[in-house]
Amino acid sequence: MAQLLKLIPRETTPGALAHDVAAKYGRERRYLIRMLQEIQSTYGYLPQEALRVIANELRIPLTEVLTVATFYHQFRLEKPGEFIIMLCMGTACHLRGNAANYEFLRTYLGIKPGRSTTSDGVFSVEKARCFGCCSLAPVVMVVSRDGSYRKLYGGVTPAKLRRIIAEHRAKLAKKR
Amino acid sequence: MGDDGSWNLMSRCCGKCWHSLEYPCRNYIRCRTEGPLCHDDQRCRTLRSERVRYIKEGPNGYRIKVPLASCSIAAGAKEVLDAVKEVVESLGIPSDAVKTVGCTGLCYLDPWLELKAPGMPAALYGNVKPAEVEGILKKYFIENDVSGAYAISERTGKARGEGDVPTLSELDVWRLQVRYVSRNCGVVNPESIEDYIAYGGYRGLDRALRMSPEEVIEEVKKSGLRGRGGAGFPTWLKWRICRNQPSKEKYVIVNADEGDPGAFMNRLLAESDPHRVLEGLIIAGYAVGATKGFIFVRAEKPLMAERLQKAVEEARKHGILGKNILGRGFDFDVEVILSAGAFVCGEETALIAAIEGRATPRQRPPYPAVVGLWGKPTVINNVETLAHVATLMAEGWESFAAYGTERSKGTKMFCVTGAVKRTGAYEVPIGTTLRTLVEKIAGGVKEGRKLKAVQIGGPSGGCVPAHLLDTPIDYESLRDAGAIMGSGGIVVMDDTACMVDVARYFTSFIVAESCGKCFPCRIGTKILYDTLTKITEGKGTLEDLEILESVGRVVRDASLCALGGTAPNPVLSTLRHFRDEYLAHIIDKKCPAGVCTKLLKYRINPDKCVGCGTCAKHCPAGAISKDEKSGKYVIDQEKCVKCGTCVTICPVNAVVKEV
Repeated sequence: MAQLLKLIPRETTPGALAHDVAAKYGRERRYLIRMLQEIQSTYGYLPQEALRVIANELRIPLTEVLTVATFYHQFRLEKPGEFIIMLCMGTACHLRGNAANYEFLRTYLGIKPGRSTTSDGVFSVEKARCFGCCSLAPVVMVVSRDGSYRKLYGGVTPAKLRRIIAEHRAKLAKKR
Repeated sequence: MGDDGSWNLMSRCCGKCWHSLEYPCRNYIRCRTEGPLCHDDQRCRTLRSERVRYIKEGPNGYRIKVPLASCSIAAGAKEVLDAVKEVVESLGIPSDAVKTVGCTGLCYLDPWLELKAPGMPAALYGNVKPAEVEGILKKYFIENDVSGAYAISERTGKARGEGDVPTLSELDVWRLQVRYVSRNCGVVNPESIEDYIAYGGYRGLDRALRMSPEEVIEEVKKSGLRGRGGAGFPTWLKWRICRNQPSKEKYVIVNADEGDPGAFMNRLLAESDPHRVLEGLIIAGYAVGATKGFIFVRAEKPLMAERLQKAVEEARKHGILGKNILGRGFDFDVEVILSAGAFVCGEETALIAAIEGRATPRQRPPYPAVVGLWGKPTVINNVETLAHVATLMAEGWESFAAYGTERSKGTKMFCVTGAVKRTGAYEVPIGTTLRTLVEKIAGGVKEGRKLKAVQIGGPSGGCVPAHLLDTPIDYESLRDAGAIMGSGGIVVMDDTACMVDVARYFTSFIVAESCGKCFPCRIGTKILYDTLTKITEGKGTLEDLEILESVGRVVRDASLCALGGTAPNPVLSTLRHFRDEYLAHIIDKKCPAGVCTKLLKYRINPDKCVGCGTCAKHCPAGAISKDEKSGKYVIDQEKCVKCGTCVTICPVNAVVKEV
């Protein structure tokens, strides 16, 4: 988080960033995906304000921006937790237990139906597509919101997931 | 000069070398390893040959290879590398003997370590833990003892323990492979253009640029190379159509947006040997007359994107990309584009839409080779296809056509995952049987289990049952068995897999990935998914099987693009080969494999339960409580989420899974 704060000057708002990003790519429609990627790499998601500014700058309807933002998996429209736990949903991982791990994790963390983040904003649980590390199946990746930290775990079981959660809670407590 | 200022193969040998980016030498590539070619100087010649030897054999014949690819890093290769670096000098081995390479495809050995000392056979160690590194190194380098290794390169009679260790060529997993396109994987340092050139890299480009574009297309035609992305369209034909378009601007794109679950051969190739992919792309660009190439790579596979980007930068730095490449008057540059991730982008028109900043595929024809990116003729090739192009251009079409069958030439990489002993990416000639690949190379299923089916071709593929394992892997035979080659992901399933659940899994993938533009795919796959869900929950009827079949046919025939056109394959092929499992779910309300959670129950055997309460403490759903009368624990079936934690955690094995 500290690293993140260094990157964004205090006064920068999502709107101002979106304005700069649009200008950087010459307000060209064809770079829309790249603009969205840049905004997400700063915030970990696409804030509404940024999307509106992008639509304005490119002189296209907001729905067109949203069409692209919702079509691709990479983009998030909701602010994720400090840590995002991504469960690989590749075939090998599915067969070896990640479907059950997913259900376990949601229940264990008490995530409400329709949501993907815990109410304290610490963890998000997401289904991810194949990481291509099938020999380690089932695989889980933990990513920090700004993407600067990522760690992959193989051979995951509910018991191991508990340890992973505890490990990251401790990491957060230390940072705070 | 090298990055650190030292001399390397990319540098000039002496003042007589006149090559520069402005005035490139036509023999630049050959000169790197065989040179100098423009003047005769023994000192220059020695300089180059010594450097090649240094790269291939290491300083004084010492070499320690550590793989750094996504999967080996995840398995702990970086920690192993740190451990190696810590002890290497104390053992009297030069520190530059340590070399980071890509992945050999033997994933089940990750992280591995390959050691070589002068006079000794090279030895490969599997599943190395950082704590063991010092012991392994000491044993090999000091005691000259190879026992404990997974395999050695050859028998020299000079190392101790040689008799107990097989050589690589004695192992089925290596012996039955033909490493044509993957030859450099696990051999070269993927982040070094010098390494690639020392191992014969960019020779294919060198040769192609000495030919006319027509001759290059002819060479590829003679080789019989067909697209390795799945459909098997002849590569030369795609190029010819694009070349024949009158447009001045044309594009070539390498599709590195690998999305099939269980397929990672493209990632492996691009992470382990990125320059080969780039070389293929430049050759394709030359053949079709393009001025610009794009590498479309998935943002979720960051290392692959990073290495391809680095390869592009290095190639540009040395004039292999840019203006007047190798003095042949060909201008070409490449841009790396990060895909935001959507399975449908594997479809050509959707991929083009993604580069243009839009979404969703469109009707074909016109094909991209005629009307593609920004309306210009565009060729899109798969990573492996282009790597094959680079290899066969260097070695001649005969080297490629020597493998394969009458109708499908060459070799193909396959990723074998799931319930096998040796998960990995293996390269075999097309026409090899599934049995050889799954049972011999990948070692078959684990002891005590029975092979049920292999799923080939990803979500668009189908399931081939165990009795059809002798099917040769080629485009036509697989189609007849109800599957497709796809990008080459093979998932092996044993008797613990439920085929209805597998069909449901793949359909859920398609439902999530369908772009929603055309209704047969958007609505049809959802109907398939809901019907399958109903069956896995024990609420299915015999009528549902008819729904699956008829809706499946509509989705296949009426969808706009290949994603929908192949979407029902997993459903239709499991219905064809595993109808009895569907019937068990519908009539007996049972899941024979014990996978479908709604059809199974966890129960605590009161005779075995010792009342310790471990299960209750660990149950995430709070479904286990103590029965005060008996002092034993019981599971509340209403609350149970069937995660199976209690089974694994019970110290006396009192929890049983009832199918």
